[in-house]
Formats: sequence, C-alpha cells, structure tokens
Amino acid sequence: MENTEKTGDGGYLTGKLDHLVGLARKNSIWPLPLATKCCGIEFMATMGAHYDFARFGSEKLSFSPRQCDVLMVMGTISKKMAPVVKEIYVQMSEPRWVIAVGACASSGGIFDSYSVLQGIDKIIPVDVYIPGCPPRPEQIIDGLMKAQELIGNEHLRRRHSKEYQELLKKYGIE
Amino acid sequence: MFSIKEELNNNIISKLTIRFGNGILFHELSYDTLCITIDKNIIFDCIDYLYKEETLKYRFLTTLCGIHYLDSEKSIGVIYHLHSLTNNHRIRIKSFTEIENPVFPSITTIFNAANWMERETYDFFGIIFENHPNLKRILNADDINYFPMRKEYPIEDTTRDDKNDNMFGRS
Repeated sequence: MENTEKTGDGGYLTGKLDHLVGLARKNSIWPLPLATKCCGIEFMATMGAHYDFARFGSEKLSFSPRQCDVLMVMGTISKKMAPVVKEIYVQMSEPRWVIAVGACASSGGIFDSYSVLQGIDKIIPVDVYIPGCPPRPEQIIDGLMKAQELIGNEHLRRRHSKEYQELLKKYGIE
Repeated sequence: MFSIKEELNNNIISKLTIRFGNGILFHELSYDTLCITIDKNIIFDCIDYLYKEETLKYRFLTTLCGIHYLDSEKSIGVIYHLHSLTNNHRIRIKSFTEIENPVFPSITTIFNAANWMERETYDFFGIIFENHPNLKRILNADDINYFPMRKEYPIEDTTRDDKNDNMFGRS
C-alpha cells in the first residue's frame, strides 16, 4: 500500500540551539510561589480550573527552591522577611527568574512604613513586575507570558556573562 | 447608692492612697474604667500589692504598652491594664517619665506574660525595663537602629528617594 504522504520522509529544519532550549524552557516553567498576602489569593484563583495557569506549562508548583525556575513573590515583604526572600533566591539553581506580583512586591505599595521593604528589587534582581493591588488573574497570566518571552529569547551564555555576574554582585549574591 | 463597680473603684483608690500616699498622682473614670496615674518609683510595689491583696486579686495582665506624648514634660510612659478575675473588674495604670532616662522596673517577676510585652515596648519606644531577663527586640528587624513609635522619627520609610512631597500636598 502506498503510504508516502503520511510518513513525510526527507524533511528537516535548521535552527539555533538557543531557540530549541528557549522553547523547552519557556514552556515548562516551575514557579515557586512565595505568597505572603492577598496577591497570593489571586494567584490561587489563577492556579484554579477557571484561569488554569497550567496551560502555559506551569503545571507543577514546587515549594522547593532548588527545583524551581521562577520565583513569584506575592505580597508585602517586611524588612525582617527580606533575608528569607534572599536566601530562597540564593538557593534556586541557575537559570532562575523572578516575578514581583502586585504593588507591594514591586514597590512597597501603600505600605510606606519603617517596617516594610520598598520593593523586592532592593534585595534581589527582578525580571517582570506585575502592577495591581491585587492584580487580577489575567494580569498574573500576562506577567507570566512576559516572563516566557524573556525566557524563550534568553541567550544560552547570558548567565556566564560579565554583566550578569556584576548584577549579582551588586545585590551581594555570589 | 453606689453600684458594685463604683464601690470597687472607691475601695481601690482608698486602699492605694492609704498605702502609697503621694505616689498616687491622679485618678479618673474614663470610658467607664478606673484609670490611675502612679509615680514611676512605686509602680512595681503598687502592681505587686494589687496582685497580692486578698480582696482585689488583680492577677491577670491584659496588656502592657508604651506611649509617647510630645508636648508634656514627662513624655514617655507605660500603660498597664490589669484584670481581677474574681471581681470581674479592670483598671488601667499609667506611669510617665522623662525621655532622657526611660527606665522602668520590669514586672516579669509578678506576671510572666509581661516578658514579651516589655520586649515589644522596648522595641518600639526604647523603654528600658530593669531586671528583665531578656530585653531585646522582638518584632522589628534586629539591625534597626531607632525606636520607630517615638514621635521624633518619621513613620515613612526613609530609604525612598522617588517620593516628591509636592505630589502629596506637602512642601
């Protein structure tokens, strides 16, 4: 029986390894939710069946920093909590990304107070900021898609570059 | 005709005045609760007396906190809320001192519950409780170098430089 149409023999694609790795990475992000406040509740809705975060390859939420790709900080981070957030970031293995969800994580929000950290970018580098108080699940999904864009287009050697090392050094992370 | 509560209030005042005399500086009934201002030097003895006296038995420390009034001479103070479970009666005790020497006796030997409350008061107001077993910060970060609830410090975070006062109606 003639079956040539179905096998499609002889075809091939050329591409960069960067793109292939990027494609794989961006569609299998394991988020580490660090939920300290109400943005965490919105994130729970985002993870639920209606908004279904898992559609973007983030099926697996992991609460173990060593196995995660994206740290999602949701909520007010007090100054006493800051070393804990930093420790979690340091424990994550490269490549790692950070999303600051909501006004508090991004800038301290309404809590301009002696006890509240004015944005987590004071202690760790942040890739994507999601505004809102709290952001709607659609915004969180939009933020994740922005992160996917970053992750998919990242150069494979970026983490070894001098600029990246200097960035980490600026935050006191080796 | 006095109610039971009024009788208790008068009873406490007369007992304290007999025992401590001029140490009882001022007393009033505010929000239906007896509020007594006491000299700092007798605060420990007074609370100890209220704890041990057989008819009063103020053996529950509801709360303990600090306060800072900028405009008075003795500006920094401690407020104790005591509760007598046998009489179902509450009183407030206040005591003030100068901010240059904010030292109060610790009442942890009377109430164990005072331990963390005194630490909190130290944390926010810098009030030093003598003979406290472990007087260190409890809620704020350990490296904070001031006492944030004192009025001379700003409530806002001082590390921000992106806030323009004009935008908030201040100049």
